[in-house]
Order: sequence, then C-alpha cells, then structure tokens
Amino acid sequence: MRNLWLFLVRYNAIFWFILFFAISIVLVVRNNTFQRASFVNSSNVVVGSFYQNVNSWKSYLALDETNRKLADENVLLRQQIQNILHADSTVDSVFLADSIQQGRYEFTVAGVANNSIHQKSNYLTLDKGSLDSIEKGMGVITSNGVVGIVLQTSPHFSVVQSLLHPDTRISVTLDSSEVFGSLVWGNNIDPRFGTVRDVPNHVQVKKGEKVFTSGYSLFPSGIQVGKIEETGLTSGESFLDLKIKLSTDFANLSHVYIVRDLMLEEKSNVEVTTEDHE
Amino acid sequence: MSKVFISNIVRFIVLLLLQIALFKNIGYYNFVAGFPYILFVFLLPIALSNLMLFILAFLTGLTVDAFYDSVGVHAAACTALALFRIFFHKITLDVEIKDSFNTPSIGEMGTKWFLSYIFFGSLIHHLFLYMIETFSFSNFLHTLASTILSSIFTVCILLLISLLTYRRKSRISSF
Repeated sequence: MRNLWLFLVRYNAIFWFILFFAISIVLVVRNNTFQRASFVNSSNVVVGSFYQNVNSWKSYLALDETNRKLADENVLLRQQIQNILHADSTVDSVFLADSIQQGRYEFTVAGVANNSIHQKSNYLTLDKGSLDSIEKGMGVITSNGVVGIVLQTSPHFSVVQSLLHPDTRISVTLDSSEVFGSLVWGNNIDPRFGTVRDVPNHVQVKKGEKVFTSGYSLFPSGIQVGKIEETGLTSGESFLDLKIKLSTDFANLSHVYIVRDLMLEEKSNVEVTTEDHE
Repeated sequence: MSKVFISNIVRFIVLLLLQIALFKNIGYYNFVAGFPYILFVFLLPIALSNLMLFILAFLTGLTVDAFYDSVGVHAAACTALALFRIFFHKITLDVEIKDSFNTPSIGEMGTKWFLSYIFFGSLIHHLFLYMIETFSFSNFLHTLASTILSSIFTVCILLLISLLTYRRKSRISSF
C-alpha cells in the first residue's frame, strides 16, 4: 500500500495530466454533436457582450461598404416591386393567388457580433437570441448569399454554424439544368470558394453559371449562392464536383437575415407520416 | 508574493485580450496562426505545485475555447503544455531554483534556456491543438506542416513580447 502511494506521488504529474486531458477530450467529443449542451461558447452572455462591444467599434470602419450594400439591395427590391405592380396592371395576365408561397418565410434582421473565417470550423455570433424568437436550425442569409445555420441560442445571442464549416451541407440547384447538388465548403482553406457535390455526370455545366438554393432545405428557393469557377473535378464514377465562387463575402459581414420557415412543422410532419408507411 | 500574484493576473488578462481581439484575426487562412496566450502558462512561478499548474493551464485553455467556439481543444493542448513544462523544468533546473517563486522569464533564466523552452513548448502545444482539432490521422503531413509553421510564428511573437518587457536580473543576485 505504501509503495503504491509512493508511486502515485512520484508520478503525480502524469496522473494529473491524464485526468485533465480526459476531461478536455470528453468536452471536445460532446461538443461535436449537433445538440450542444455546453455553456462555454460565444452565445454566453459575458463572451457575447464582449464581442458585441468590440464589434460596435469595428463596424465604424466598414460603414461605407455597408451603406453601399444596403443601397444596392434597396434598388433591387424597388425593381421587384415595379415588376409586381406592372404584372398586376396588365389585363391579360393570369393572377394566381398563391397564399402558401406568400407568407411562407419570415425574416429577422440581426447584426453580426463576431465572425471568423480563419478556423477549420467557423462560427458567427449574432446579436438576436431566443427573446427575438430565434430557434435552433433556422437558416441565415445575407442580401447576396447564404451564411449558415443557427446552432444554438441564448436569450440575447445566437451562434451560427457558418457555411465555412465541414459539417454544413446546403441543397442547391444549377441555373440552366435545374439538377440538384449539395453545397459544402470542401477545400477547408479559402473562404472565397465552395464546392458543389453530387451533381450527376451527364449534366453539361458552363463556367460562370449561377447557382441557387433549391428550397429543399431551410432556405427559400432562388437565393443566389455563387458562380461556377471550375468544372470537371470528378469525385467518383458518376458524380461531378464543381468549384464555385461564393457570392457571400464572409470577410465582411455586418447585417444578416435569419429565415423562419412557417411551414417547417407541417412539412416535417407530412414527411414523417410518409416514412411510417414505408 | 502578492506581487507575483498580481503580475500573473495582469499578464493573463493582457495576453487573453491580445489573443481574442488581435491574433484570432491574424493568420494565413487556417494554415498558420499564432497563439501567444500560452506565454501565461510558460511564465507561471517555478515552484507552483503540479495540481495548481494543471488547473490554471486547463482554465486558461477553456477561457480561450469559449472565444474560439472550440470547447476542449485549447484546454487539452494547454494540459499537454503543462506536462511538458513539468518535464522540462525537471531535467534542466537546479534544486534551489525549483523551490523559488521566480518567473522563468528571459531575463531571469538566460536567452538560450528560454528560447528552447518556448520553442519546444509551442511545438507540443500546437501539435496537440491541431491533432485534436482535425481529430484524425488523415492528412497528417498537412497537420504537421501547419504545426511547425505556426510554432515558428508563435515563437517570434513570444520573443518580441519578451524583449519588449525585458528586465535584466542577474541569476546570481536572485539567490
């Protein structure tokens, strides 16, 4: 017994190391699942408000850029309104009152309190949380592209798993051929480019073609994601990989829109009943 | 004694602020990055007990993790760094120095000792950091390259900080 005690005292450093290292690894592994129950992240009040303070100073430097983007978006929205008004006034057009599509998505504006693009797994912190009825699993977009998926919320903040994360997959479709693929970051190095996986081999793809969201995932259909930069990368026998230039400028995000899908529950309920029948 | 305590707390806060406000945004994509906050673990008093050292290192890592959204990764790397520190002190230091509460800084211990101390320390820390972050042995060469380049970057920053805060104290007068 005494020898055992001496042994423990002599090599205590090793035993402490094993203990603390094991705790850390358990934390890492638990954190990797989608359901994160941990307090230690940037939706925490202390960390979140620190980032918000830093960002309130940093945002002054980007005011010009932000204003220009908002003005551009205003122009675009105005044009769309014009189109709708014109379409209504023409006598021979058929007006389809589609109440389902009209009120399907709700948008909430949020400021970016923190953003990273240099890590292997990138996250954003937004300054809206569960008090603004933000929930886990909502999509996040910006005026010219997709940003990510809400991963966790606290009363005043929420953490978003960025598109620049190895686990993020978003369903997209090509402009000309309407086939589906999934958008992933892929190269894990450069924040300007992404990869579209699982496009069937027979599809003719042109360089510079636009890529849009398909509407099968959390995002409304028809949001531009990027342009095809490089084709002809094959990932296997029957699928193509496409390198695309993302239209979202991840290095320079200040305001984003959080998308709430009002029909999500209904949709997933129907899908569940289909699976039961199989 | 209280002076040592206060200077360590100040060092902790300053290094943490530097890390999360400045060095988090500096890097070559995610390939090379600097983690100068580990200087806090390097410069803890020499005679600190092993348990205390591990607790402090673990908490430092966990704090940085909170800002990096990477729970456990930095904590594990800092724990490995603490083990390295104990081992390195054991084989290089005399008994008298081991029992003193001096800071193992560049002015106190000499340039040669300090340089090898921070170089091998950062190497161990970064290796564990990148290995746990990728969590697989695939692309090991990529991990290794990024470890070595990041270590060189971190050591450069640490040397810069050490030289800026350099205070010469002869080794003999401290006994």
